[in-house]
Amino acid sequence: MQEFAQEFRDAFALILAGDAELLAIVLLSLRVSLFAVFFAAVIGMPLGAALAVGRFPGRGALVVLVNALMGLPPVVVGLLVYLMLSRSGPLGVLQLLYTPTAMIIAQVVLVTPIIAALSRQVIEMLDAEYAEQMRSLGLSRFATVPVLLWDGRIALLTALLAGFGRAIAEVGAVIIVGGNINHVTRVMTTTIALETSKGNLALALALGAVLIAIAVTVNALVSLLGQRAEVREAMRNA
Amino acid sequence: MFVTWIRAGALALAMAGAAQAAEDFIVVQSTTSTQNSGLLDHILPAFEAESGIEVRVVAVGTGQAIKNATNGDGDVLLVHAKAAEEKFVAEGWGVQRFDVMYNDFVLVGPVADPAGIKGGADVVAALSAIASAQAPFASRGDDSGTHKAELRHWQSAGVDVAAASGGWYRETGSGMGATLNLAAGMGAYALTDRATWIAFANKGDLEVMVEGDDRLFNQYGVILVNPEKHPGVKAEAGQKFIDWLIGPDGQAAIASYTLDGQQLFFPNAR
Repeated sequence: MQEFAQEFRDAFALILAGDAELLAIVLLSLRVSLFAVFFAAVIGMPLGAALAVGRFPGRGALVVLVNALMGLPPVVVGLLVYLMLSRSGPLGVLQLLYTPTAMIIAQVVLVTPIIAALSRQVIEMLDAEYAEQMRSLGLSRFATVPVLLWDGRIALLTALLAGFGRAIAEVGAVIIVGGNINHVTRVMTTTIALETSKGNLALALALGAVLIAIAVTVNALVSLLGQRAEVREAMRNA
Repeated sequence: MFVTWIRAGALALAMAGAAQAAEDFIVVQSTTSTQNSGLLDHILPAFEAESGIEVRVVAVGTGQAIKNATNGDGDVLLVHAKAAEEKFVAEGWGVQRFDVMYNDFVLVGPVADPAGIKGGADVVAALSAIASAQAPFASRGDDSGTHKAELRHWQSAGVDVAAASGGWYRETGSGMGATLNLAAGMGAYALTDRATWIAFANKGDLEVMVEGDDRLFNQYGVILVNPEKHPGVKAEAGQKFIDWLIGPDGQAAIASYTLDGQQLFFPNAR
């Protein structure tokens, strides 16, 4: 074990020395996952809000379904997206397989249910609080959606972070649709998988530490933004 | 309005995913051993510099590589399971198969050697001994080239591994490296190609037990995916890569790759 600790320190030093190749991998990871969260938010937040304020038959079942889809296995999503994007698949002509775009699509599928389900929860609570007030202003149920989304924006940051955490950490989907191609679709998690399979366990673990550090940094930045927004709001209300 | 949104979304997605790499590239469906051993990293830069064609390698098990190529998701197939490769060509998915290089498989196992096979040169006898000792054996279990080779030897030994599955015979369903990690962790025997073995950094107390049997020969072949089946195949660039690989420059590049002073692959294109 002592030997392993030394190896780990060496690997970590190597990484901190600022390897250009590793930097490109980190940036690609961030690019893919941040775009995926952005698109998933554009779809998932209105969807979650509609589920929260809407009253239609089958709503209960839909809520259960969206909640359940939070647990979509990445490898299954990867396989489905592969079958869609393969040259033999329905979207094969787009030639998206083994590109970062394919990885973004797979992560959007994974992350959208998480953001939708958590948004629904946030908006439902706000709706219960303000529904009467807004109805008295003559707003229809669906017209309240943008208002509620704006009002709940700080709480909704948590939904985005949960989605980002899922996206940046998963390997099962991106390795199938991205192919882990060096300099093209290799991201942090697929690099870790590759180094593990080469038996470079210390290097893989050190890369894992970098991945965690990135996740912590992103979360800290967002929580800082949230706090500042809260303070500003409090000052305005004072 | 709705259509506009979809269009905007598609455009944004395209920009988000835009690859900054060159237009001219081919996708090679290959096997984990060529990548994990470091061979491709060693030989590809020379071809890319000379031809201006970027080679994008998807490294999976041979079974999956052939499946992906059958779906048209690659221009060139570089794998190691001759029978399956010939079938791929015979069914019209590939244009023609060329020998590229070879190395050999080795049977590795724990120093303790519970089946007492160390130093042997008969892989079939060794597998029989492992089966009668019921010593743990880690199999790829993933339809890869190595897995196919292993199953052939079990058959020769007259051992029904399906019956032992979950007992002493453990199918990992993963790549060579993951299987070696598992074998090292639980003191199991395993069949591996020598290139992956030499490059593998987590050997633990595993050692080579059996080597040098003619039946452990491991041939790699290269095939252009048939553009008549899949019009998207970049036939010209793919053929250029194949010509280079089986030509003097590619063959010399393969021979020049060594690790710890050992040559990992031996070129034998005709």
